[in-house]
This record gives sequence, structure tokens and C-alpha cells, in this order.
Amino acid sequence: MEIIKKIQIRRGAQLNIKGGAEKIFGRTPSSSTFALKPDDFFGTIPKLLKKEGEKIKTGEPLFYSKKDPRIQFVSPVTGLIQTIQRGARRKIEKIIISSASTEEFVKHEVLNWQQFDRDQIKTILLESGNWPFIHQRPYGTLANPSDTPKAIFVSTHRTSPLSPDFDFILKEETTSFQDGIEVLNKLVDQKVFLGTDASFPGIFQTIKEVQHYSISGPHPAGNLSIHIQELAPLNMGDRVWTVNPEDVVNIGRFFKSGKFSPKRTIAVTGNAIEQARYVRTKIGAEIHPILKDFNPVSSQYRIINGDVLTGTAVSEQAHLGYYNNQITIIPEGNKFRMFGWLPFKDNGILSLSNTSFSRLFNKNGFDVDTNLNGEERALVVTGEMEKVFPMDIFPMQLLKACMIEDIEKMEALGIYEVVPEDFGLIDYANTSKIEAQEIIQQGIELMINEVG
Amino acid sequence: MNALRKRLDSLKRPFEKGQKLEKFAPAINAFDTFLFVPNHTTKKGAHIRDAVDLKRTMVTVIIALLPALIYGIYNTGYQYYIQTAEPFTFMDAFIHGAWKIVPMIIVSYVVGLSIEFGFAVYRGHEVNEGYLVTGLLIPMIMPVDIPLWMVGISTAFAVLIAKEAFGGTGMNILNPALTARAFAFFAYPTYMSGNKVWVSEASSVDAISGETILGSLAAGQDVKYSMLEMFQGSIPGSIAETSTLWVAVGALILIFTGIGSWRIITGGIIGAAVMGMLFNLWGANALMSFSWMNHLVVGGFAFGIVFMATDPVSAAQTNKGKWIYGILVGIFCIMIRVFNPAYPEGVMLAILLMNVFAPTIDHYVVNANISKRKKRWISAQELKTA
Repeated sequence: MEIIKKIQIRRGAQLNIKGGAEKIFGRTPSSSTFALKPDDFFGTIPKLLKKEGEKIKTGEPLFYSKKDPRIQFVSPVTGLIQTIQRGARRKIEKIIISSASTEEFVKHEVLNWQQFDRDQIKTILLESGNWPFIHQRPYGTLANPSDTPKAIFVSTHRTSPLSPDFDFILKEETTSFQDGIEVLNKLVDQKVFLGTDASFPGIFQTIKEVQHYSISGPHPAGNLSIHIQELAPLNMGDRVWTVNPEDVVNIGRFFKSGKFSPKRTIAVTGNAIEQARYVRTKIGAEIHPILKDFNPVSSQYRIINGDVLTGTAVSEQAHLGYYNNQITIIPEGNKFRMFGWLPFKDNGILSLSNTSFSRLFNKNGFDVDTNLNGEERALVVTGEMEKVFPMDIFPMQLLKACMIEDIEKMEALGIYEVVPEDFGLIDYANTSKIEAQEIIQQGIELMINEVG
Repeated sequence: MNALRKRLDSLKRPFEKGQKLEKFAPAINAFDTFLFVPNHTTKKGAHIRDAVDLKRTMVTVIIALLPALIYGIYNTGYQYYIQTAEPFTFMDAFIHGAWKIVPMIIVSYVVGLSIEFGFAVYRGHEVNEGYLVTGLLIPMIMPVDIPLWMVGISTAFAVLIAKEAFGGTGMNILNPALTARAFAFFAYPTYMSGNKVWVSEASSVDAISGETILGSLAAGQDVKYSMLEMFQGSIPGSIAETSTLWVAVGALILIFTGIGSWRIITGGIIGAAVMGMLFNLWGANALMSFSWMNHLVVGGFAFGIVFMATDPVSAAQTNKGKWIYGILVGIFCIMIRVFNPAYPEGVMLAILLMNVFAPTIDHYVVNANISKRKKRWISAQELKTA
């Protein structure tokens, strides 16, 4: 394995939280319903192809994107369309499919795919519902099938709190991963960039036909924005594509069998459950059967699709998101704390600031909860965002440009190079409790509407 | 604790949404949140948050100010008693100082916080904690015998014109505490300079007089204090600025907790030292030949660079900008001292001047990043067309 670049990050923080998943698989939970949420596909307006009560096979299109009808979204299971939940202005929020006992597949012709050219690969990815596995930068939306990207990035190393270990998840999938990489290589003019943990590349060092790079340092070292800035910086008009490691495997499996593969391995993490571990399930599965095996240890808890910095809070009746390999369950923090503003008091609360001795204690990790630990205030303290933001971008200035919706300034300060997750630690660490990810999200939406 | 919480909750009921006193909620919340960190949970964005908040930050600054304040109170009494040649103990001196200074602190807090609460209710936002620091800083940088009504008016001017007129906390261009002092300095010069204001009771008791070291240098008199006295602060001056030793303790607290920018403080010391050395080489007048090391320990330089220049809102906001800003504050401080005998105390004007220029410094620092990005884009375009 030849490493073309070692990315070493210094500015950032590894949040030492209790509740990391042990490297064992729990019982595979049986889910009676599965759901797709159009909101998981940022920037997509769905147009339904099926009605409530209709039957659907695994891999059969369920809806397509109004913006680009070529992009189809397929069912992860065989069954009956149970309900289509709508919100305000009849916006489709969730399509729930009750799964049948026998599985039927839509099969695609994939024999000799190695000989397919770029357009054939694109067509089959689009028709089979594998296209939504590919995201683009800037903005983090679904990739546009008409583009040829400057590069494709796959990172197998996450640094977010309690993040899943892809070496463990994909241990037995090396061949499918290799196939997936080769499919992606057909979409781009240079080989796929594959990021691995510098200290433990694991199975990924055996992958060929890629440009290996290694990642070390604290969170957000694992975020793709940083890798892209280092290896293929995004200029105005550039496109870079990204694929999650398990979806590379799903694509690889599809080209082996011709059947859509909705595999999803979930790290069930967090300090509100006993025995955090991994489970194998499918995209969009129900969450409560998963939790049945993980006794929540506190009465009020929050379930998060994703990690504590970037995930979405969901109810117990909810379903897994389309992309997340992790759910986190942490206690709610709706309690008062007397004189909590005194410096060096409450050292049990994880703090990156030196106004607390917390980092001297609790070497075994912190119990976290959802308390805001203060109230939102005007931006006063400076320099703290830069400490957890390793990119060559001025985070506070970019946030301010987004707040005043100054498109030219946002462009000049690097809005194309970031996605909200890059500001997760800023959300966490900033004194004024500014919702940085939301501001960036709104900035990106503005850019899509105004510039495209 | 639970009983107190319940009592507070019932007290707050009339201030809740839709109730009669809803408008005044920010006022009651300000008191409530000082007892308890509220039970608010994260609604969007990251689900967990750091323990630090603006209250904790501001309280840390107050803790860093306390050593200088306590020494300042003592020194007020000390200066008085050694001039009157009465025998005295530490407590006598402390009580004499406290008798003078505590009322000033009360006036500054009452006036300033009333305005802050008023604006919070009027604008419908929570009361920001910034004034807790400003309100303590204002009396600390005044001469001890300034009448209380002047403290009140300076405070009102600073909060209204320097802060709220710009949109409140986080939006101001000038440091509010220094603005208060500058206002008093130009509006009531006889109470802010000369040899009758720096020692307690100097204006009423004939036997007492005292010029600050910089003042006597500017007037061409000899300095009768040793460097050790200047460093520990047993010299006349504004209330809490005299002791470089205790200011340094505050600086260590600020730097350790990361709340004061070490870049600004270090930059300021470097700037002042270099400028002082250059003037030492020139040596055309008493102030120029005043040793550069002494320049660092007399007057308000130490206090200014540690507690005023590091105000994050009015200082430069980028890391590179902070270095430039700090160094320039140091340079201008010494330059104003030396060249302008009417204002021997240069640090106030130096910081206010650099407050005005801080956005310009940041502009150039940020622009370097912007043009780097533009260049990358242009070279990529050229590569494509080639």
C-alpha cells in the first residue's frame, strides 16, 4: 500500500464520551416496518411512484427526484406500502413499508460489468437505485449524474464521538468493497481516494486500484471536507463525489448479484444504554426492536440517528436514517444546576475550556446529557472556534457572512468547501451557544437557491 | 435546593409567555439564571454542549480582576496614611480604601445594569453578562477621589453611546470601560489629572499631594520610587492600575483559562518594550530616557494590556490580527506617553485607537485567505484552458 498523503490534524478535539460500542455483534433485530425519509436526501423533492397499499419488491422504485427524474429511490425490502406520512403543505415526510415474509427482488443485468463504459455504469446505478449512495461537494447534496467529478473520496476513518469502526463492520466484505471501488473508478478520471486510519489501516490496506491517504489527529480529522481541501481543493464550479464505506460495499454487492443491497451495520452507542455494541440490519429499519436488547439506563433519554454532534433526534417509533451507521442514546439533561456558572465547579461535565478541570479527571470518559449548559448569547469570545476547526477557513467570519446572507462573501470565505458537520465541534464548544451547523445549513440552502 | 427552585418557579409564573408581565421576563431571568443554570436542552445542532457559557467566562474575568482590585483598595489607604504620617495597619488602609471604592463600584453597577436591563426588556433579549466585567473595570481605572456622580455619568455615557448605540453586547467598536474613562478624562480634566487627584483626600488635605510617575516625568520632576515599588504598586495612580505584580497574577489566570488572549498580551509587551528601547537610545527628554523596563511597570500599561486590550469584542478577532493589534497597542502606548506631555497616560488612547483599527487589521488578515482561494481558482482555470 502506497500512501500518497498523510493528513495530520492538530486543531480539534476528541470528545471522550462513555458508551462506545464494543466490537461484537448483537442479535439482528427483526423489524416489521421499514421507512424512507425524503429529508435524508438533502435538496431532493420526491415524486411518488407508488400509492398506499400497493405491493413493492426489494429494489423497486418508490419515488424519484423532481429535479432529476433519473435519480430513483428504491425500496430496501419487499412488502406493502403501509402509510405515506405527510407534514405541512402535504410535504412527504416518511414512507413506511411493512415487510413481507418472503423477499422478491428486482434483478438487473450486471454480467460483465467490468466491460461497461462510464455511461452504462451511470445508467445502471441510476436505474437500480444505487445512485443515492453518491453525494457531491459542494453542498453535500446527491451527486448530479451529468457531472464527471474531479475526484471521488471514500473515508474509512471516522473521528466523531463514539464513531463506528469500519474495519470491524466490513471485515468480511473486502471483495465487495474492492468491486465497489472499481465501479466508482469508472465514474472518474483518476482513481478513487481512500482514506484510512494512520495508526490502523486494517483491511483497507489490501484494497487496490485506489489512491491511499492516511488520517491522524483529533476530530474533525475524519471529516471529508478536510481531506478534500488537502487533496483536491474545491474551486468554484468543481465537483467532488463522496461515498460512505458501507455503501461502497452495497454497490459492490449489487454488481455481484444484480440485486439492490440495503445492508446497514449500526453501532448502537451512548451512555444511556447498557452494553453498547453493533447490530446488522437494513436501511430504514425500525429503531425500537434494536433498543429492546439495550436496556436504557435512564428514564428520560434521547435517541439520535447519527452521532452526538451531527445526528438528528428521533422518537422511539422512528426508523433509521438512510446513511447513518450509528445511533446514539444519551440521557436528557432537562435539570437545573445551582450556581453552574462558577468556574471550576461541575468538573464532571466535559469541557474543552480551561475554566473547568474536567479534563484532569474522568479519564475513563464522561457521562454526557443534552443540557445546553447555559443560554444563547451574542458572539463575544473570539479564537475558540479556530481551536477546533483545522481547515484553512475563518469559521467565525464565514458564519457571520452566512448570517447576513452575503453570498459574495460566503463564496470568498469558502462556503463551497464545508458542510454543516464540519461545524459540529463549534456547536459544541462555543461559549455563546451559537447554532453554527444550522447557520451553515441555511447558508448552503441559500447558495443552492441563488447560485445553484 | 428543590424548595428554592419551586419558589423561583412560582415567582416566575407571571413572567411566562402570554402572562401579564411577559415583557419583563429578561429581568427576572437574569436573576434566576444566576442562581441556576437553566434546564434548557439542545433543540438543534449538536446534542451535547460544553460546560462553558458567557456567565462562566465573565465570572472568570472578575476573578482575575480581584487581586488587582484588593491591592488597589489597600494602596488607596496606604498612600493616604503614609502622606499623613499617621500610624496604620493593613486593615486601616484597606478600610479607608474600601470606604472610597465600594460606593464607586455600586454606582457603576447600578447605573450600568439599569440601562442594560432596560435595553434587554425593550429589545426583548436576555441580559448579557458583559457588563459584570465592564461595571467593575470602570471604577478600577478612575482616580480615587472622583465624585460619584461623575462615575455615574461616565458609566451611562459608556453604556449608551459606546455599547447600546451599536447594538449591545458583541457589537461595540470601542471598549466600554475605556470609553467611560476617556469621557471623564475629557469632560472633567481637573478631576482626572494633576497632582491633587491620585491620592485619597489630596484635594481637601493640604499635606497630601501626589503625582503619578508619568505625570512627574512629563513635568520634568525626579521620580522618587524604586522599580520594586513600581512593580508591586505602592505608588499613586488610578485605583487598580498601579500594581503590575497583581495584574500579572490576573494575566496568568486569564491566560491559563484561555479567556484572555496571550497573543495580545505578549504582543503588547513586545511592542512596548521595543518602542521603549528605541526611545532609550534616542534619549532626548526625561520620558525618553526613562528605562524601557520601567515603562512596562508604571502607569496603566500592564492593566490596560491585560484587561482592556484583550476585550474580545473590541480587539482584533483573528489570531494573526491579535498579534498585530497587541504589538501596535504597545508601540502607541509608549509613543503617546513620550511625545505628548499633556497625556502622559498613553495606554487608554492607544487601546481606543487600536479598537478603531482592529476591524481593519482583521480585514487584511481575512483578505489574505480570500485572495489565496481566488488564486487557487484562477490557476485551476488556467490549467483547464491550457
